[in-house]
Amino acid sequence: MKTVKRESRRNFLKAAGLTAGGLFIGFNWSSCDSPKVEVLSTEQVLANAKNFNAYLSIAPSGDVVIYSPNPELGQNIKTSFPMVVAEELDADWSKVRVLQANLDTEKYDRQLTGGSGAMPHSWERLRKAGATAKYVLVAAAAKAWNVPAEEISVENGIISHKGSGKSGHFGEFVGKAAQMETPEEVTLKDKKDFKIIGTPVKNVDAREIYTGKPLFGLDFYREGMKNAMVQRAPFGMKIKSVEDGAARAVAGVTDVFRFNNSVAAVGDSTWPLLKAKKLLRVEYEPDGTVESTADHDRIFQDLIASGKAEVKREDGNVKTAFANAAKVVSAEYQCPFLAHSPMEPENFFAHVQGDRCELIGPTQTPDRARQTAAQILGIPAENVTVEITRLGGGFGRRLRADFVEEAVHISKTINAPVKLTWSREDELTGGAYRPAVRYRFEAALDEGGTMIGYKLRGVGMNAGNSTRENNFPSGAVDNLLIENINYESSITTNAWRAPITNFLAYAEQSFLDEVALEAGKDPVTFRLELLDRAKNNPVGSLGYDVDRMIGVVKTAAEKSNWGKNPNVKQGFSVYFSHRSYVAQVANIEMEGGSPVLKKITAVTDCGMVVNPTGANHQVRGGIVDGMGHAMFTNLTFDNGTPKQTNYDSYRLIRMKEVPEIETHFLDTGYDPTGLGEPALPPTGGAIANAIFAATGRRLRSQPFIEQKEFSDVKLEIRRS
Amino acid sequence: MASFNLKVNGKSHQVDVEDDTPLLWVLRDHLGLVGTKFSCGIAQCGACTVHLNGNPTFSCVTPISSVGNSEVTTIEGLSENGDHPVQKAWEEVDVAQCGYCQGGQIMQAAAFLKQNPNPSMEEIDNAMNRNICRCGTYHKIREAVAEAAKNM
Repeated sequence: MKTVKRESRRNFLKAAGLTAGGLFIGFNWSSCDSPKVEVLSTEQVLANAKNFNAYLSIAPSGDVVIYSPNPELGQNIKTSFPMVVAEELDADWSKVRVLQANLDTEKYDRQLTGGSGAMPHSWERLRKAGATAKYVLVAAAAKAWNVPAEEISVENGIISHKGSGKSGHFGEFVGKAAQMETPEEVTLKDKKDFKIIGTPVKNVDAREIYTGKPLFGLDFYREGMKNAMVQRAPFGMKIKSVEDGAARAVAGVTDVFRFNNSVAAVGDSTWPLLKAKKLLRVEYEPDGTVESTADHDRIFQDLIASGKAEVKREDGNVKTAFANAAKVVSAEYQCPFLAHSPMEPENFFAHVQGDRCELIGPTQTPDRARQTAAQILGIPAENVTVEITRLGGGFGRRLRADFVEEAVHISKTINAPVKLTWSREDELTGGAYRPAVRYRFEAALDEGGTMIGYKLRGVGMNAGNSTRENNFPSGAVDNLLIENINYESSITTNAWRAPITNFLAYAEQSFLDEVALEAGKDPVTFRLELLDRAKNNPVGSLGYDVDRMIGVVKTAAEKSNWGKNPNVKQGFSVYFSHRSYVAQVANIEMEGGSPVLKKITAVTDCGMVVNPTGANHQVRGGIVDGMGHAMFTNLTFDNGTPKQTNYDSYRLIRMKEVPEIETHFLDTGYDPTGLGEPALPPTGGAIANAIFAATGRRLRSQPFIEQKEFSDVKLEIRRS
Repeated sequence: MASFNLKVNGKSHQVDVEDDTPLLWVLRDHLGLVGTKFSCGIAQCGACTVHLNGNPTFSCVTPISSVGNSEVTTIEGLSENGDHPVQKAWEEVDVAQCGYCQGGQIMQAAAFLKQNPNPSMEEIDNAMNRNICRCGTYHKIREAVAEAAKNM
């Protein structure tokens, strides 16, 4: 049993939302008739339910309503959060209904989706929310039955007292329980007693998704609303002139106007706007640097060679180490910009009325949406409401509020409710990309093949810090220098699933493979030697847990039969990001002269797995994502404009291009950490290293298929 | 503007739109059937897949003027109670991550299995290669199509 002391009454009350009274209603479609065999609609349940805290209402019928505050974009938080609350409540999961909560900064902390941080942040407060409600329900039952609360047990939504033989469901006690004083302390369950956490629970929105119900932002409709689309300027350009006669003439277009550095088209439905955008004649002129990919390549070369860098970490003396080295290995790696490309393009509904603003749509950061609207309109943030729809993917793109800003401007200008929609072309050309980055790695080896020196210099285009200076192999090398240069590009960038590490991990793990082979060591042995050093005699501070990293490395080698089959060429990769550890092995077999990627084995330590189905999804999805973008996807620029403007040229991975993926999870006894990102970073490295093992060709740039190494060899992917 | 009579999910509808309006936008903006999704608009991703006389069709590039008397079926009309074998398999296998593409995936799979009720895994891969899932749920889609095939 684990007893949690309150930090302070006030903090706890805020954290668990116990001070917030009353109910709030979710989406307008939350009341859609549920096809499940349930007597009451969610609306009926809510009408009589008692509110216990920010996460929980329980109806006299025994139905439990759990509010999930964080935006759901496919990471399955809308299922896993309620599982944690229901676990501590000892609820009957079949009686749980989940509603997406609106933005409410009084009730919830960190109501956002990013950094794979929701579960580690909320784990304890979700448990407390369930445990606190259970406590008062038990207290109410004890009072009603006149028995000691300690003798009462709760299971599957049923409260019972063995001695008297009395029992009843939650609903019978909600009236009294909701009036009980909240406890000074709540006792949380022992993990071994978990009945819901750790079991495969299905997506709570499954029915609605598979029957085409309006769940997503783009599905939102309100009587009388206008539709809008926006034409944006290329990077580094500003509007010189607009000729909008032809666009205005399109039937169904009601208005065309300039705002900021954009042109908005407004109408009664979407198709006329798509047509109007094509008919707009907008002339642009330079407003800063107008960049092309060739410029970026040159800038990378120059800055890697002689740019002034910021030292992020320095251990020992690299100069001496490299001077004394028996062997020096060096290599440079580069990745392109990438769009986030969620399947649901950016969109938002805004309705500005005087000093108030209503926002509805898909956002990873509802509070940023609110603050943005408040700032544009010059009104207090509390005058802005934000309803969070389900998100058709995000990958970091919806951390931004640029689309909210546009919707607010347009609604204010036309003085009407409006739904802004981006086209796929808008999404790919509209900016806020994964930054392009180039790295130079250097390693110094002594006679025995030990890495005595390590240097990393990162140059990023608006990447901020393109290194992770305290991550592996820092701590395992005596002499180490990590440097960063940030180039201020006119191309806008933003966090993209596993920011920085989505490419850094590939580059580093591929480089370490190069070093291991130069040192004459097996790549797994080489990494384990470094990890042993970091464990037994660490150099400086470590940003990672060495034992957990060793755990996934060893298990991945074992599960993948590392090095056991001479016909299977394998590549190894391991990375720590967002508090989780993932090791991956890619298997390639040569068939008819072609390397065929057949399998990836992944071993993950994300602490306790809340929902095995969701965890599997995130690991496999992260791998497919990492694989697809490493192999196929490119975004290049010509005069400030992306050349790939839709899926015909911006290539995403498809069904036939995914190999078998085998997943394993280590239960190391830690509390759960996030899993939306950590499985992606190691993938590119595992594949590249396997390609080298199979073909002797080292891939140092992405996307792989556009590299000269594949000009005469076709990389194939098949499930074995 | 022209007037079109459409048969969607067994019901007749009349809409007044320009004749180049894609079926996708007629469904979404004029009939309120938003289960059919907009994503690429150029017949590359399959999120907008509907059935035209049972054939899987990218509604984003299908002008309303070309639909004629064809029977249009959308995800909302695939089954009355959401219990088409493909929908049941999707629920059983728990396919979705974000879920945005899944309506189109289901429509693609349902049309495919109607034509080929006993497909090989390779045939499943070929059929489903027309639809993109950005979340990467391909393994589960494949599993669900195979599962649905058992119950067609």
